[in-house]
Amino acid sequence: MSDPAAGVWGELEPLLAQVVRPVQYVGGEVNAVQKPWESARVRLALMYPDTYAVGQPNQGLAILYEILNEPEWLLAERTFTVWPDLAALMRAHGVPQFTWESHRPVRDFDVLGVSFGTELGYTNLLETLDLAGIPLWQRDRVGEPLVVGGGHAMFNPEPVAPFLDAVVLGDGEEAALELARRVRDWKAAGSPGGRDELLLRLSQGGLAYIPSFYDVSYREDGQIASIRPNREGVPSSVGKHTLSDLDRWPYPKRPVVPIAETVHERYSVEIFRGCTRGCRFCQAGMITRPVRERSLVAIQQMVAGGLAATGLDEVGLLSLSSADHSQIRELATALVGQYQGSQISLSLPSTRVDAFNLTLAEQLSRSGRRTGLTFAPEGGSQRLRAVINKMVTEDDLLRTVTTAFESGWRSVKLYFMCGLPTETDADMVAIAELAGKVIEVGRQVSGRRDVGCTISIGGFVPKPHTSFQWASQASAETVDHRLQVLKEAVMADRRHGRAINLRWASGKPGVVEGLLSRGDRRLAPVIERVWRGGGVFDGWREHFSYERWESACAAELEPLGLDIGWYTTRERQREEVLPWSHLEAGLDPDWLWQDWQDALVAAEVEDCRWAGCNDCGVCPLFGLDIQLAKEAS
Amino acid sequence: MRRQPEQQPPPVLRLLLRYAKRGRLRFASHRDFARVLERALRRAGIPMAYSSGFSPHPRISYLNSAPTGMASEAEWLELGLAAEVAPDEVADRLNAALPEDFRVLEAVVGRRPEFTTSTWLLDVGQVPGLADAVSELLAADSAVVRREAKDRDVEVRPAIVKMEVLGDGKLEMTLRIGSPLVRPDDVAQALARRLPALNLQPISYTRVSQNLD
Repeated sequence: MSDPAAGVWGELEPLLAQVVRPVQYVGGEVNAVQKPWESARVRLALMYPDTYAVGQPNQGLAILYEILNEPEWLLAERTFTVWPDLAALMRAHGVPQFTWESHRPVRDFDVLGVSFGTELGYTNLLETLDLAGIPLWQRDRVGEPLVVGGGHAMFNPEPVAPFLDAVVLGDGEEAALELARRVRDWKAAGSPGGRDELLLRLSQGGLAYIPSFYDVSYREDGQIASIRPNREGVPSSVGKHTLSDLDRWPYPKRPVVPIAETVHERYSVEIFRGCTRGCRFCQAGMITRPVRERSLVAIQQMVAGGLAATGLDEVGLLSLSSADHSQIRELATALVGQYQGSQISLSLPSTRVDAFNLTLAEQLSRSGRRTGLTFAPEGGSQRLRAVINKMVTEDDLLRTVTTAFESGWRSVKLYFMCGLPTETDADMVAIAELAGKVIEVGRQVSGRRDVGCTISIGGFVPKPHTSFQWASQASAETVDHRLQVLKEAVMADRRHGRAINLRWASGKPGVVEGLLSRGDRRLAPVIERVWRGGGVFDGWREHFSYERWESACAAELEPLGLDIGWYTTRERQREEVLPWSHLEAGLDPDWLWQDWQDALVAAEVEDCRWAGCNDCGVCPLFGLDIQLAKEAS
Repeated sequence: MRRQPEQQPPPVLRLLLRYAKRGRLRFASHRDFARVLERALRRAGIPMAYSSGFSPHPRISYLNSAPTGMASEAEWLELGLAAEVAPDEVADRLNAALPEDFRVLEAVVGRRPEFTTSTWLLDVGQVPGLADAVSELLAADSAVVRREAKDRDVEVRPAIVKMEVLGDGKLEMTLRIGSPLVRPDDVAQALARRLPALNLQPISYTRVSQNLD
């Protein structure tokens, strides 16, 4: 440690002997960057609000960590939510939230940047702020670090808006650097006008959304009346940031190599960003448009460099639908050729259902270990798949699994959602029937009885900036009922039922996720109450308590005439001012509404990469276009 | 139809490595160390031999790893190589690739020895009556302690080969490697039963050697 006197390592170390997995807190990993504290003019603490095991592999955090440590005047360290055993000891011994590199108090930094992948991390934000000694409510802060939110969940930050100083929407690479520059210049000028002027500077040109600069007013029926800036010189709406050339940002180049075990142990390269398949439930696909591909050369350089810098033995070719890269065949051939005979394995997460993908999976598995096959039809019936615009036919699926079973696979996993708009019990029965057919073709082509099919069910949660943002979310009771229908249908299939393995989660965490996804600022006191009642790690089954959320909602929302159902199961109308209506993902609201109406009549829409522009509005708004590697080379 | 796994050739060379885990990395478990080592070997470009099978693993075997939270200057492993590399070069290249608190101290050609005892140094601080408690425990025929985490009783006395107060708050003990394995913190607990002033919490443990008798 560069300056142990300023850090809390001395106080922390004796506590580590008393907690589970202490190694997660020690830092000192290969590729961790520890700069001399005094050398930097701006210091940022970057946080993923979950354990080290979950947060460290986060791609966004890894990218920003490298980019923000490159300029000599800038320093970035990491911090994560500490597990409750250590949190209790830290409180008892007065040890504050620290960073993993220098073990300095988070409070000593200029900025605490938090990446929200999911709304279920909100209570962990409060836990960390409290351990750091930073007031929870933005209005109570004076000299403490700026608390800045980013990540997909921040496309509707309103439920946590009162806890945040600033929010950056979209791609963080350029925006985070620009934010740091503005903090630097403000500090260099002698911090004129205090925190308020710094926030004003960050708001200029739409760099960041400053929640405290906007007032929200409500109608008598509880709906939002208006969201307006409360001062001069602040934009009435704030848009997302979009990188235009991924090849110019080849990060992470040398990610931290964890010592503790983490959820992903691979070097990941984002082969493209954005997706235009148009799945109506998919927030990631809607908010990251347009498609921007990385070139083959850039990908190959990143893979070679990343493996050399980390010593990892698995490469993940990341994106929202990796097989859609316009040069995926060339890429797979090149990488397989390069790593043949080595112990390096390649994986392609998020593949769609078709035979081409299977060939690809076969090809990739040859250079290493063979992984499981997972396909995501998402909806059980053809009608429901048209509603969600997941253009996969039953024939496609059966043809693909036929090839899979012919190639030696013994089981496949199918992923579906439950609680989708227009869904009925019949759609659940259709899932069971589809799984039965999969088993049937598996037995036929393999000539064996021991083929299997795992059905994995996730509860659907309507998300902001998607075609389903107006939809009624299915209640926990409805979801649980539908799962029961599915279970019974599987059990009733005497020929195949035993070969079908059903996995599902209860509908209740989805209700809380839905509440927070489409919620507004009136939920901040609910989140605070849940946290004060002991709520942390809501994404972890052993910590999640629906009752805690239910009673906090009753206490905070009832006086306002609202309840959980108002936020979740209530269908919204076109005229309603949505809590995120002042935040732009670039999608034309009229286009989005039309897509919702199309969904209700099961009308499909094609992918604009090969079927022409659908006028979703993103490209003209940001002066961008689809960028395909095939066309560039 | 089903693919057969590729057969891997046996190692060309087997090295015996002694390494240290120190400072904050004493909190690493031996599985953590194994992950770190495999990646360091790859970064260092050392040709590892792999096992055969659908999921080939590097041919590395660990001997009596020290418990998580305890430091060591005497951890040992056997490493199979797919090509000839000078042992000293392996040590140097690994040390350049490993985190600072993991150090390779020794590398020789050879197979894994069957160590029978392990010597530990405990920093217990200045505790009046420590020497008497040590003599008392050595004179006893039996000493049973409780492992709360495992909800199990452990008889420690037969495993104690030697135990000595070195002054300066240091205590050295040599323990037989057997089954069930008696750990130095079990022995410290047995001492604390005779000497309530002995505070177990701040004791630091370092393995100094593993011995062949």
